[in-house]
Amino acid sequence: MNFKTVLRAGSTGLALAALCAGVALAQTAAPEAPAAAAAAVPNKGDTAWMLVSSLLVLFMTLPGLALFYGGLARSKNMLSVMSQITATAIVMCLIWVIYGYSLAFTSGGSLTSFIGSFSKAFLAGVTNDSTSDTFTKGVVIPEYVFICFQMTFAMITPALIVGGLVERMKFSALVLFVVLWGSFVYFPIAHMVWFSEGYLFTLGALDFAGGTVVHINAGIAALVGALVLGKRIGYGKELMTPHSLTMTFIGTAVLWVGWFGFNAGSNLEATAGAALAMINTFVATAAAGLGWLFIEWMVKGKPSLLGMLSGIVAGLVAVTPAAGLVGPMGAIVLGLVAGIVCFFFCTTVKNALGYDDSLDVFGVHGVGGIIGSIGTGIFVSPALGGVGVADYAMGAQVWKQFVAVAIAVLWSGIGSFILYKIVDVIVGLRVTSDQEREGLDIAEHGERAYNM
Amino acid sequence: MKIVMAIIKPFKLEEVRDALTAIGVHGLTVTEVKGYGRQKGHTEIYRGAEYAVSFLPKIKIEVAVGNDLVDRVVEAITATARTGQIGDGKIFVSAIEKAVRIRTGETDGDAL
Repeated sequence: MNFKTVLRAGSTGLALAALCAGVALAQTAAPEAPAAAAAAVPNKGDTAWMLVSSLLVLFMTLPGLALFYGGLARSKNMLSVMSQITATAIVMCLIWVIYGYSLAFTSGGSLTSFIGSFSKAFLAGVTNDSTSDTFTKGVVIPEYVFICFQMTFAMITPALIVGGLVERMKFSALVLFVVLWGSFVYFPIAHMVWFSEGYLFTLGALDFAGGTVVHINAGIAALVGALVLGKRIGYGKELMTPHSLTMTFIGTAVLWVGWFGFNAGSNLEATAGAALAMINTFVATAAAGLGWLFIEWMVKGKPSLLGMLSGIVAGLVAVTPAAGLVGPMGAIVLGLVAGIVCFFFCTTVKNALGYDDSLDVFGVHGVGGIIGSIGTGIFVSPALGGVGVADYAMGAQVWKQFVAVAIAVLWSGIGSFILYKIVDVIVGLRVTSDQEREGLDIAEHGERAYNM
Repeated sequence: MKIVMAIIKPFKLEEVRDALTAIGVHGLTVTEVKGYGRQKGHTEIYRGAEYAVSFLPKIKIEVAVGNDLVDRVVEAITATARTGQIGDGKIFVSAIEKAVRIRTGETDGDAL
């Protein structure tokens, strides 16, 4: 249901707010098709597309992200990276149906600008007949498939953070952090951006598939985590080369394919809107890969595979908030800018500031997400080939995008910092230096990736 | 009896083996090793992080031969492993005090 459509946002939000008047209106929350209205029947094509999209997003996490990150780590930490991503995914999967979906996608009464309620905890009231709205009036999809689709987003977002913490964070600390972060950072932000009564939704900030909710959110949490945890032992002194760019290549390819579920699936219907998101997910990605390739070639002297792969992911991130809202040529510009700017963040800025965001989650997802979110406000303009929104004015829209970015940065930054500190007190964030030197695969998991 | 130990470029291994077989060497031991000499290392760049890789991959071969064959073995390795570029490797020859073939218990010359 409600991702962006500012078109409907204002009116729906206002109407519901008026209805609400302090009374808990959990049962009339937007995802429910009103029983009174001639009950809309889900279209089989839409339903099939959303079932497939959900699986594509799952595939992004497992194995896509795990291989992408794992290949960049050292061989002694390969399994630890894969374990942390897998654990994050399965924990979030269960939290999502227990209370996450309810907190994100129900009305929260007086707090509904920021968070939902527990009215659908344990998926209370959801049946085969429940439906969720799409962006088209009168078109619905089964609520179960909407829950599954959104579940995969809740699974991948905290998994993205892992990249900033690898090779030194305790497994137990990571699992605890993921539970807390999902509850106190992800669910509220998802509610604010994607639920029709959420603050940023009613404000009119555009986020087609999760630039703020997923990428800025995770990118900032990873940056804060890298700062709180501190550098890996030997960072900047010892050889810390990726142990298998082959794995990273496979992971990137899986991510790209899976991302069509993420972006085109966010259209919620199998229509031209999904096709627009799809073509943008092709061309922005290609442009960003090319941008990174050439800028690295010019600055560092050699065109590298890892450069292209990093650019591809940066482009995917940047086009996420824009996918169904901008035109293909706007998407290309967005991708090019993301490829070049992210390159400078991952190389020059990171080295200058000296933080150890190990796998560049901030440099790629945080920065790419911000570029995409702000850029969406520009390239949604019909004059620039975008689909436009009601009462569009570039300056005003960019301001709304900026507000959304600022809120996501602050919420995730401050929230994550507090949660890292809490976890540190309870279980301790880092493994011992001996364990870190030995490698987390053996020290924490008692197994090794390669027995050759 | 001597043992000839040579450090060579990895892609030269097959040529060296062929040359040694041709002069009557019946076996050799090969190890993948890393090290540096005058070639020093090279620079690798991953997302802008530059690493000086000072240990380069090489192949170490060890051949045990009778005294009569030593010079020809050294010549054969030198001739086949040479590219003329820096980093071609080195050859070391040392004496063997004793040799035993485990299967039969033969010793010294008979064991080679």
